[in-house]
Amino acid sequence: MTLNSILSSRWLKVPVFALCLVPALWLGWKALNQDLSANPIEFITHWTGDWTIRFLCITLSITPLRKLLRLPELIRFRRMLGLFAFFYASLHFLTWFVLDKFFDWNEIAKDVVKRPFITAGFTAFVLLIPLAVTSTKGWIRRLGGKRWQALHRLIYVSACAGVIHYYWLVKSDIRLPVFYGAIVAILLAYRLFTSVMKNRNSLPRATGAAAREPT
Amino acid sequence: MLIKQAPDIPSSEITPKHLYLNRRSFLAGLPLVGAALAARNARAGAKLEGVTKSPFSTTEKVTPYNDVTHYNNYYEFGTAKDQPASWAQKLKTSPWTVKVEGEINKPQVFDIDAIMKLAPLEERIYRHRCVEAWSIVVPWIGFPLNALIKKVEPTAKARFVAFQTILDRGVMLSESAAGIPLPYVEGLRMDEAMHPLAILCVGMYGEELPKQDGAPVRLVVPWKYGFKSIKSIVKIKFVEKQPPTTWNITNFREYGFYSNVNPEVDHPRWSQASERRLGEFFRRKTLMFNGYGDQVAQLYAGMDLRKNY
Repeated sequence: MTLNSILSSRWLKVPVFALCLVPALWLGWKALNQDLSANPIEFITHWTGDWTIRFLCITLSITPLRKLLRLPELIRFRRMLGLFAFFYASLHFLTWFVLDKFFDWNEIAKDVVKRPFITAGFTAFVLLIPLAVTSTKGWIRRLGGKRWQALHRLIYVSACAGVIHYYWLVKSDIRLPVFYGAIVAILLAYRLFTSVMKNRNSLPRATGAAAREPT
Repeated sequence: MLIKQAPDIPSSEITPKHLYLNRRSFLAGLPLVGAALAARNARAGAKLEGVTKSPFSTTEKVTPYNDVTHYNNYYEFGTAKDQPASWAQKLKTSPWTVKVEGEINKPQVFDIDAIMKLAPLEERIYRHRCVEAWSIVVPWIGFPLNALIKKVEPTAKARFVAFQTILDRGVMLSESAAGIPLPYVEGLRMDEAMHPLAILCVGMYGEELPKQDGAPVRLVVPWKYGFKSIKSIVKIKFVEKQPPTTWNITNFREYGFYSNVNPEVDHPRWSQASERRLGEFFRRKTLMFNGYGDQVAQLYAGMDLRKNY
């Protein structure tokens, strides 16, 4: 049995789904045991934020891994992983909105406008909403493959905004935001590289010569 | 008739002496038990005797000991809040001396025992507000910093006091890992240092200071953001010019020399108007000078607190 046939088996989605839920369940377990540190709201905020950026990285790594490891079947998990990124982003957002600010609209609006790190985080979250909404087969059909794909490239912007959000909020220890920034940079650089290569290879000879002319 | 009575404990069950003497080191060798014992030792600070109450104490609810000892900013021992509680235990706090020098008539080196006897120990229950918008209420034990200052007789040139934390690279993070230059340094203007609310602190909750909270001696300046209250002091220097301070060097836009608690002057990245008291769900309003305005506001009369943040 090849890895690809294992990946294509119907039941594998269930354990993967369960695995993706572990961070949320672990958080719930710690909350039940009152084990969320001296500042539980901060702990929940950091926990859900960490898992958002991790799931964004995992989702973005699917395409490169499919090609590099020759595992096309990995595509079956991309939507689920992306939706989990949105799930943790929503928890992260709601923690801030409900637990931290407790629906203080005035404070929230001021924060979004005045605090660059919140502006970045808020942008990253908002950009994920249309992607979550249009993640169904019906929406792919309605939009058409090309337009759907173009829309879903918003995840690149969202991941970058997420890294900036993280980088701007730490006080002095920038190791983790730089680490995630490097991962996102590598994942996006791979796409840039492959698309440049593809364009170069797919250009017909005649127009290829024309394209080399200075414009 | 001979009635044979069985001994209470058969000699075969008595642990040989060399084995039971080894048991402690064996237990300490097990990673988990060792950590548990170390944590217990960390809590078992010696009780401080003869501590008097202070009229400067607040009547607000004191934050639980476990929170104050497991939620620390002490970047030399980890940048996550829970790290100093375990990593700071490696710091050797005995013997300990504090060198006092600079613009004074009587430069000298104080042993920690001499520090403890400089003035009667008082319990000061203070609000403690971190620049990160959380706060705690701590029953510190110490005495006014001015007791030490008077003892060393500052000259007319002494306009500022500079403080320095111990630097022990063997047990501390590197500067790049901590993200701040080391050793940690802080400073006060002379009139701030002389203010009766500013204390040299040697204990809390009736005991000696835990290492993660700045053992064996630290500063507590309750009307300023927590990072001004420098920990584990080894040097105090009286100087003419405003001394450099660690967070100001790290990011001068965000952390000023004064760093008085001020709900009207926001941190560039977040509001300082409210704070979360550890253990409370709702944020509470931050008070000007952390609620010590009646005592300290006159120190800053005529100063633009937006510029002198």
